Parts: sequence; structure tokens; C-alpha cells
Amino acid sequence: MRGVKAVFKKEFLSYFNSTIGYLYLIVFTALNFWLFFRGFFLMPEADLRPLFSMFPIIFVIFIPAITMRLWAEEKKLGTVELLFTLPLRTHEIIFGKFLAAISFFGISLLLTLPLPIILSFLGNLDWGRTISGYIGSFLLGCTFIALGMFLSGFTKNQIVAFILAATFCFLFYIIGEDAIISFLSGFWADLFSAISVKTHFESIARGVIDLRDIIYYLSFISLFVYFNFLHLEVAR
Amino acid sequence: MGSSPTPSVSLFFNKMIEVKNLYKYYGEDPAVRGISFNVEKGEILGFLGPNGAGKTTTLRVITGFLYPTKGEVFIDGKNVLEEPLYCKKKLGYLPEDNPLYTDLTPREYLSFCAEARGIEDAQKKMEEVIEKTQIAEVWEKPIGELSKGYRQRVGIAQALLHDPEILILDEPTTGLDPVQIIEIRNLIKELSKEKTILLSTHILPEVQMLATRVIIIHRGVIRAEGTPEELSKKFKAKEISFALKGDENKIRERLEKADFVSSFELMSKEDAVYGKFLPKENGDPREKFAKFAYENGFLILELYSKSLGLEEVFIELTKEEQK
Repeated sequence: MRGVKAVFKKEFLSYFNSTIGYLYLIVFTALNFWLFFRGFFLMPEADLRPLFSMFPIIFVIFIPAITMRLWAEEKKLGTVELLFTLPLRTHEIIFGKFLAAISFFGISLLLTLPLPIILSFLGNLDWGRTISGYIGSFLLGCTFIALGMFLSGFTKNQIVAFILAATFCFLFYIIGEDAIISFLSGFWADLFSAISVKTHFESIARGVIDLRDIIYYLSFISLFVYFNFLHLEVAR
Repeated sequence: MGSSPTPSVSLFFNKMIEVKNLYKYYGEDPAVRGISFNVEKGEILGFLGPNGAGKTTTLRVITGFLYPTKGEVFIDGKNVLEEPLYCKKKLGYLPEDNPLYTDLTPREYLSFCAEARGIEDAQKKMEEVIEKTQIAEVWEKPIGELSKGYRQRVGIAQALLHDPEILILDEPTTGLDPVQIIEIRNLIKELSKEKTILLSTHILPEVQMLATRVIIIHRGVIRAEGTPEELSKKFKAKEISFALKGDENKIRERLEKADFVSSFELMSKEDAVYGKFLPKENGDPREKFAKFAYENGFLILELYSKSLGLEEVFIELTKEEQK
């Protein structure tokens, strides 16, 4: 635990050590507010669903910016050698980094909270559905973070890490699109809709917390965190 | 019958680092091929070799950053793979090129190391290394803005923070200016009073100044081992220069057959054939050469042996194999 805490602290602080961290939060919040209020006056009821339905695509672009530096920067600076020669276990280092990334992401998500609060004053906001939406969004973000962190280990270049992560996040999203699934035959259609983050996100965003979706997200996260571990260990 | 196994425990514990038949492959490429050596308590072992010899790879396996392909490494009697945390606590490590988190200040960086290492009296330990490495001045500046000399001190401060028994320094003076090099060398000398040090370098004077024992490594194997004096002595009178009267081709042909010559060079000049050779075995090669010249009917005009300094030993050892 001590090791996880130390790595977490270092990683979390380094998000705020450069202006990039603040910039990220400002742009992320501003973009969400703007996109939300653009259609605000056309909305028939006080509902946060338009926000949640934008999230997957916004996350595809934004989350790789959180994960790109996690390993790529360590590799470029050579500090990965310091990290692995400290008396820490590999999984402690990975958990520390992952927790720091999802905490930073969590903050960005919290910054959109003024939206439901405003809505609750203006109309009859369904808080249950809103909370469910936030849980789903957080899980979706963590899934992309696990994927992006894993991919960040393959390169020294943060830009490459960003593009890799954005590409794969997008792929895992797009294979759940109706347009794609309707093209495919039974087995592939079932498979794609089963592994796509999109299909699992939609029901949660609608306010239905299904245990299967939660299990899907947790498995996806565990799998890629484990892949990250394997990749780091095999490379040694 | 009647002999009981001798306990070797007491001997064992003097070995701070024990490397046993270490191999490390990067894919198909062997970087280290069967290296074995020990580092005894209190010594400064100089790890000498040209770039790409396998020094850094060996150190990375010892520090637990890389895993060996074959062979074992023990730190203070414990296997690095089986008890990595124990071993890593024993070691202070300055990696090659001194990697640092450029956006952290020395304070933030050392605090992170202290926390990751679980150091109890972190504040006191940090004050000690600030004092030892003289980094008080830059304590709150981002490491990325520091001069190379200060960065090196921060790297060493990190290696010393937990007051380890063993220090592993991978080319600690590379890229520094002459004044900084002398400062860092003096610091290492100072540290050697209380610590066991494994120091890798490709700079010979550094080894001669600092090391109590030297290992010369080339292409992943150990080529020679001993104190700097021993190594010079061992290769003493190794090179024999001569001038002979006779036909160059004939001399070449006969030298190739001669059993006491391991390698030679010839060059014809107007007055004679000049050359030098490395003898094969111990004993006086001059005597053998004189006999050889006499038997083949060459006239000796000059003959002298030259003792090789550590530098020549190093060059000889590392170039031989390229032929």
C-alpha cells in the first residue's frame, strides 16, 4: 500500500505540475458546457441524457491525453529504470499510476456537476438516473484509461501513445454502432455488441444499472491492467 | 570418508554482490554471455569496458531492472529474483545517463523516493544527502532547469538517500565538465570509506584513481580481472618490438608457424623489417625470439619488450577479438 500511495502521489501531482493538467480541465469542462447548452433550449425536459450521450466520443479524444504520458514519459526520460529499482512491486507501480489517472479523470467529471444542479433548479431532474449516468460515465472513462495506459507502454513518444489510445478507444466504441452491427452476421454481430463499450454504456446512461454491464466494465479494466503488467514484466 | 562439508556461510556474507554465470539476451542478441564475479564488502570494483560491452546490462540485472536470461545474482546472500524488495533496499543506484523527473524539484523527487522506500526519518535523511551532495541551492528548482553537474548530484543524492550499503554507479562522470568530474570523483572517494561500490566506466584514469579491483568486460564476457597493478603486471612485457634483417615474406611465413607468437604485425622499411608481437605464454619471449631468429637465419637489429599500462591492456583485450 505504501508503494501504491507513493506512486499515486507522484503521478497525481505531476498532472498539476504542468499547465497541461489545468488546461485539460478547463477545455474539458468548457467543451461539455458549450455542447450541452447549445441544445439546451430545445430540450423538452430537464434531462442530462444529452450530456451522457456525448461522453463516449468526447472521452475518445480526451482520455488518451490523460494516459499518454503514464509510461511513454517514463520511457523517454529513462525514469522507468528508477521506478523499477525502487523497492516497489510492479503491480504497486501500475495501481498507483492507474489510480492517479482515474482520480484526475474523476475530477474532470466532477467539474460537470454544475449542469445537473442547474437542471434540478429549472425542472424535475431524475437524480437516480443522473447518478447512474455518472457511474456509467466513470466506468467508461476507467475502461479507456486502462486501455490507454496499456498502450502507452509501447512507445517513448507521447503523441504516438495518444494516437494509439484514441484509435483503440474509438474502435472499441464504433464496433457497437448499429450501422456496423447490422452489416455483420449473427456471431460477429453478437461478439461486437458484447465487447463494445458503446452497447454497455447506453443502458447505464439511460439509468438502468445492470450487473452485467458493471461486470463487463470491471473485467475490461482488470484485463487491460493485467495486460499492462504482463507487457512490463515480459519486456524485462 | 570422514570429511564433512565445510560451512561456507561466513565466507558467503562477505560477498555483497555475487553474480553467477549470468546471461542476458535481447531477443536473439546476447548482451552478456556467462559473467561471474563477486563484489566484496568495502571494495570499489571498477567495471571497465568499451561502449556496448555489456556493462550497463549487467548492472541492470544486478539492480533488478532487468531479469536474467540465465544465471543468478545475489545481493548480500539473497537472490534478486526471489527477494527483490530486500535486495533493492540494500542498493543505491545511479543509472546510466542519470534519468530524472524533469518537472519535479529535488525536494519533490527525493520525497517521492523516501516515501516509496518507506524511510522513517525522511526529513533527517534528506538533510544528510543535501549536505553530502551540496544541492541546498537548487532544492526548490525544477530538475529540468538544473545544470548537468547539479543533476548528477541530485541523481547521487537519490542513490544515497536510504544510506545503502552498496552503491552501483553506471558511468557517473559521463557528460560532465572537467571540474565537475573531479568533484564527483572526490565524492565517490569519500563515499568509498563506508560503502561497497560497483562503478562502471569506460574511462581508464577513473578506474585507476578510484577502484581497488578491476574487471574488464568486452562483448559480454570478462576478459581480465585483478587490481589495477596486477593487471598491468600480468600483461607486463607482453609486447615485443623488433627489427630483423631478412625477407619480409619469409619472416611472416616463419612467424606464423612459431609456437610462442599469438599475434604479430610486420612493416618493411629500407633498412630492415620492423615488427612487434604478443607472446603466447609466460616466460621470456625475447629468448625464444632470439633463438627463432638464429635458427631461421634472420639477423636481429633491435629487440625490446614494452610493458603495457592498464590502458594498453584494455586496448589489447578489447581489440583482439575483433580480428
